[in-house]
Amino acid sequence: MKKDTSKINPLENEAIYIIREVAAQFEKPVLLFSGGKDSITLVRLAQKAFYPAKIPFPLMHIDTGHNFPETIEFRDRLVNELGLELIVRKVQDSINQGKVKEESGKYASRNSLQTTTLLDAIEEFKFDACIGGARRDEEKARAKERIFSVRDDFGQWDEKNQRPELFDMLNGQIQLGQNVRVFPISNWTELDVWSYIERENIEIPSIYFAHTRATFLRDGLIWSSDDDVVYRDEDEVVEERVVRFRTVGDMSCTAAVLSEAADIASVVQEIRDSTISERGARIDDKRSEAAMEKRKQQGYF
Amino acid sequence: MEVLKIATAGSVDDGKSTLIGRILYDTKSLTSDKLDAIKNTSKQKGYDYLDFSLATDGLVAEREQGITIDVAHIYFSTQTKSYIIADTPGHVEYTRNMVTGASTSQAAIILIDARKGVIEQTNRHFFINNLLRVKDVIVAINKMDLVDFSQEIYNKIKADFKSLMDKRDYQEQNITFIPVSALKGDNVVHKSNNMPWYDGQTLLEHFEQLDTKDIYNVGTPRFPVQYVIRPKTEEFHDFRGYAGKVYGGELSIGDEVVALPSQTKSKIKEIFVYDQLYQTASRRSSVTITLEDDINLSRGDMLVKVDDLPIIDKQFTATISWMDSQNLVAGNKYVLQHGVNKVLAKVDAIHHKIHPDYSGIEENIKALGMNDIATVTFKLNKPIFFDPFKHHRTNGSFILIDSHSNNTVGAGFIQ
Repeated sequence: MKKDTSKINPLENEAIYIIREVAAQFEKPVLLFSGGKDSITLVRLAQKAFYPAKIPFPLMHIDTGHNFPETIEFRDRLVNELGLELIVRKVQDSINQGKVKEESGKYASRNSLQTTTLLDAIEEFKFDACIGGARRDEEKARAKERIFSVRDDFGQWDEKNQRPELFDMLNGQIQLGQNVRVFPISNWTELDVWSYIERENIEIPSIYFAHTRATFLRDGLIWSSDDDVVYRDEDEVVEERVVRFRTVGDMSCTAAVLSEAADIASVVQEIRDSTISERGARIDDKRSEAAMEKRKQQGYF
Repeated sequence: MEVLKIATAGSVDDGKSTLIGRILYDTKSLTSDKLDAIKNTSKQKGYDYLDFSLATDGLVAEREQGITIDVAHIYFSTQTKSYIIADTPGHVEYTRNMVTGASTSQAAIILIDARKGVIEQTNRHFFINNLLRVKDVIVAINKMDLVDFSQEIYNKIKADFKSLMDKRDYQEQNITFIPVSALKGDNVVHKSNNMPWYDGQTLLEHFEQLDTKDIYNVGTPRFPVQYVIRPKTEEFHDFRGYAGKVYGGELSIGDEVVALPSQTKSKIKEIFVYDQLYQTASRRSSVTITLEDDINLSRGDMLVKVDDLPIIDKQFTATISWMDSQNLVAGNKYVLQHGVNKVLAKVDAIHHKIHPDYSGIEENIKALGMNDIATVTFKLNKPIFFDPFKHHRTNGSFILIDSHSNNTVGAGFIQ
């Protein structure tokens, strides 16, 4: 069966338009790069937006220190091949400086600690626009996010006072100290991203594909027991399973799924048939019904 | 696969979020974890049915008050189409969100509570969708289960609504009536057994056959220059590409074009999308264009075909929708953003306020407040290149930005 990829064209046109608006309207933009499929897609879109010139802004990775090693290796290779500038800022440094405190216990994660490191980096480099790969279909609070989302000095999102966005027009005018979070793939679904990766033949980290991994079960989710990043009780038994990851966040909050999908075509098919949402495997959203909105008000991406 | 963007509008408690939740449920678009969350919360609250509105009402304040505050975007697809629903709130004070949702939609659902019939809010929703020239409007008469699925009530509401239709400005708008029960699922995705007197389509059947093509001014290309690409590398030493999106029509290699405002003529030499060369740039595509001649264009300039010029003027009259708590007063100055072009604009005169409930106009207006709609003349510090909104949705619209707060304070549609 020939795959119909025509739906992606309007989404791609829109994303390229948004990325060009960022380069035109802001002095110091940056692309937030996590090594996940969404930010890798953004890099390809940015390449397309400025060809034959180079991407006119750097990439920045907020490193929790709990990344999958495959992701870091992939990140460095990509940056090298494309000749891009990469900035890395570490959550560990924020912990060492006493700015944030490491969570403890069973569900300890560095995911929410990233916010402080991110805000400090924005201030350090005086970034006025941060491009991110968030999508509206991920989560209910994200569904209300604008494409240009204005944040104040504290990185806060004022959800009741968002700028209206009409037609294609994006208003990037801001006060000193404010910055804008920009979401070029707002209107893409998870399936759209995967179909695009397939169509464009974009390379992604190996952990997105089925592999054998030492894992244990908790709350019906499969956790990686590699590197002892995730807290594990004595009675939680480690077992080898064939799994893959649907999202690549921090190891401590990203669960694996059982999967035999070893190439991109099988992954696309699996997503098509799936009945669980992508964030179903993200424990950080399960803390409360309003988890994401609260984190966003505090400046989380 | 086509993409159809639909805006929804309704008053408080019309059941808009429930309708969207129902569409998601019946098209099997709700994932099992989301469905579980809805089941659990419904049970916790002691409901004897599933509260589908929980699928979309995402903000804490919304769940607390049980209402929708901001535009939420919901995605689902069928075999034939991909859908984006912009769920906008129905309260009077959130009219600006409704204008926003309608500005990017090809179709709109106006919800009416069968027990209440056509109310002032209905007029307002219809007015806005007509003002923004949304091509297809579906009037969904909801909560039919609460009026015993009465055909009489349905017909009465339909007749009331039709009297509004005579007053509309954009007469070519397609309007369809569908009796539904979002809560029970009648005529949303599945045909209702409770209304044998209705032989029309269900809501989803109707969406499925809608034409998603942009009807506005086919053949009148407008290419606003968004960004100038100058790689300055050895390989592309003299490359000067104009990046932007093509609106209204197509542009092809060899087309004779005029650059505005300089009025310099040239021909299209190359059209790039990434590293691929194309013969033609289709409507709404993001491309990079090079020209035969070395003319100097910058952001905000526009390329158009030589025989197809827009209006070039420093003054125009527009219908505007005011969105800010600070009043608009004659003499005020704003930044006017027309596409990617920005100029300074002064409010020359406020002609009259238009009551969006079709109750007429009001003259001798001194100031416009939040949610007012009015006819206003602007004077600009330099000319812009526009078409009337009724001919060109993109090139006939603009936003107003307050230069102190930097907020988007209004939207305008050039007459």
